[in-house]
Amino acid sequence: MAWLLVLFLLPFYVVLSIAFGAVDPLFRTPVPVWNPVQWNPFQFELLFERIFGAGGFLGPAFLRTFAFVAAASAICLLVGYPVAYFVTRYAGRRKGLFLVLLLAPFWVSYMMRMLAWVNLLESDGLVNRALVGAGVLGEPFPWLAGQPLTVVLGLVYGYIPYMVLALYAGLDRVDERLLEAARDLGASRRRTFLLVTLPLSRPAILAGLVVTALPMFGDYFTNDLLSGSPRTSMVGNLVNDAVSSPGQGGQAAALVLVLMALLIVPMLAYVRATARAAREAGR
Amino acid sequence: MRSPARWLADPWRRPRLLESLVWAYLAWSILPVALAVWFSFNAGRSRSSWQGFSLRWYWQDPVLSVWHDPDLHRALLHSLRLAVLTTLVAVPLGVAFAIGLDRWRGRIAGAFNFQMLLSFVMPEIILAVALLFLVTNLLKVVPLGAGAQLLGLVTFQLSYPVIICRARLLLIGREYEEAAMDLGASPVRALRHVLLPLLAPAIFASAVLVFADVIDDFVLVRYLSSDAATEPMSVKIYNTARSSPTPALNALASIMLASSLLAVALGMLVYRRFTRGERARSDRTSAVQDLAAQV
Repeated sequence: MAWLLVLFLLPFYVVLSIAFGAVDPLFRTPVPVWNPVQWNPFQFELLFERIFGAGGFLGPAFLRTFAFVAAASAICLLVGYPVAYFVTRYAGRRKGLFLVLLLAPFWVSYMMRMLAWVNLLESDGLVNRALVGAGVLGEPFPWLAGQPLTVVLGLVYGYIPYMVLALYAGLDRVDERLLEAARDLGASRRRTFLLVTLPLSRPAILAGLVVTALPMFGDYFTNDLLSGSPRTSMVGNLVNDAVSSPGQGGQAAALVLVLMALLIVPMLAYVRATARAAREAGR
Repeated sequence: MRSPARWLADPWRRPRLLESLVWAYLAWSILPVALAVWFSFNAGRSRSSWQGFSLRWYWQDPVLSVWHDPDLHRALLHSLRLAVLTTLVAVPLGVAFAIGLDRWRGRIAGAFNFQMLLSFVMPEIILAVALLFLVTNLLKVVPLGAGAQLLGLVTFQLSYPVIICRARLLLIGREYEEAAMDLGASPVRALRHVLLPLLAPAIFASAVLVFADVIDDFVLVRYLSSDAATEPMSVKIYNTARSSPTPALNALASIMLASSLLAVALGMLVYRRFTRGERARSDRTSAVQDLAAQV
């Protein structure tokens, strides 16, 4: 317990002390202030000026993050739901095979999966060759030069396994007798789906959206690998840039806390809902 | 041959459209990676036109292959070292925690559950930045590099063995251990000869999860690394994927993939061996589903 306390809560206290702390006037390195009474909000004033202020150059990145994450999670849901639905309802004896294939991406490193797309999308990569060869494109398209579409699809590719798994777990729990009852009572396939399956899978959809969307908010590597241009940078990139540039430690800490404040409600809601569901299943 | 209209009207038709969508999804999710592995065996420098099979990028090339390029070589070893060390520390510690929690119920078990669920949804960058600041400002005794990486990884991997072993302990119950002690075994012998063998499948499952997860980790190990010598494979891929890639990078990633697949396959085999004949549900999917439930 002490271990958890030291390595889980203490780090956040350090982040707070740095975000509200001072800056060394000579080296411009952040100096943590441990006493909360002496905390100084100037890092936040600076950050909010950069986000909302007239010349705020961080504001667009925040808006972009919301847009990208919304688009990517929507695609994840639209693609993932039919897949999870098929595997739970119709896979039959091949369910094990399908599950192994659905789980396969979990055992492939995230970096490798992105590297695979870098290979495919390069200007002389297989995607461009296929498209030019088929006459769809006149010349190779610069997929990796800061295209929002590439980044969104990269995020989808990276996080969709979590969505599929969450949906599968939820749909698998839906009582099949209810569906049979609906069909017996004369509902068509479509009506059974719309009136029984879909409402029953609402918690799974919510869980899936949370597990895919929240980690995307901190993602910077997908963006760096598939675009690398400030035109598509997201909040994660801002944090990473602040961490890696000297003198910006205080800004990094403030950004992390802002991100945390934005996400804390859905995070805790997810943890509570899942813990409750586990307790009920255990009963 | 039925008319399309009749086929559409058949309420019990097989959902072919849906099935093809699933296969398309699986192809989309697996083919890019398979192609990346395939081109690691390319004889040429390109990663998009096939110039014949060779092991050049694994070890034949005297300068650029994974085996001979000191950077790639070091990254590979560092990844494996971190994965092995984290597993060796986190799993025994987690098992001990799980047994302890099983004896003295309380709020602590909730804390582990909370942490695992939270680390599922919390962007890793938040934790990584927090740990980085902790190590650079407060815990200055722990130097950045392997030590800090190990500390961070153990902290966040600990919840896997704790939760998996606890679930299994609840399933086992206290009866076997009590029977052993009734028959004259000391508590230590009962633990060693009865409880630990019964726990073995859970221990293996969590070791596999921890190992594969550490090989995979990127955000945390990157911030806690000190220099090029403590950058594991994932960081190496991140650093070079866009700047100066050769198929050696694909080879490195393929080795990484092979090591986690190997761990998973081994874990699954051992898991099935241990739990054989234990459950009525003897179909092959059960082991997969157990692992799936734990992901």
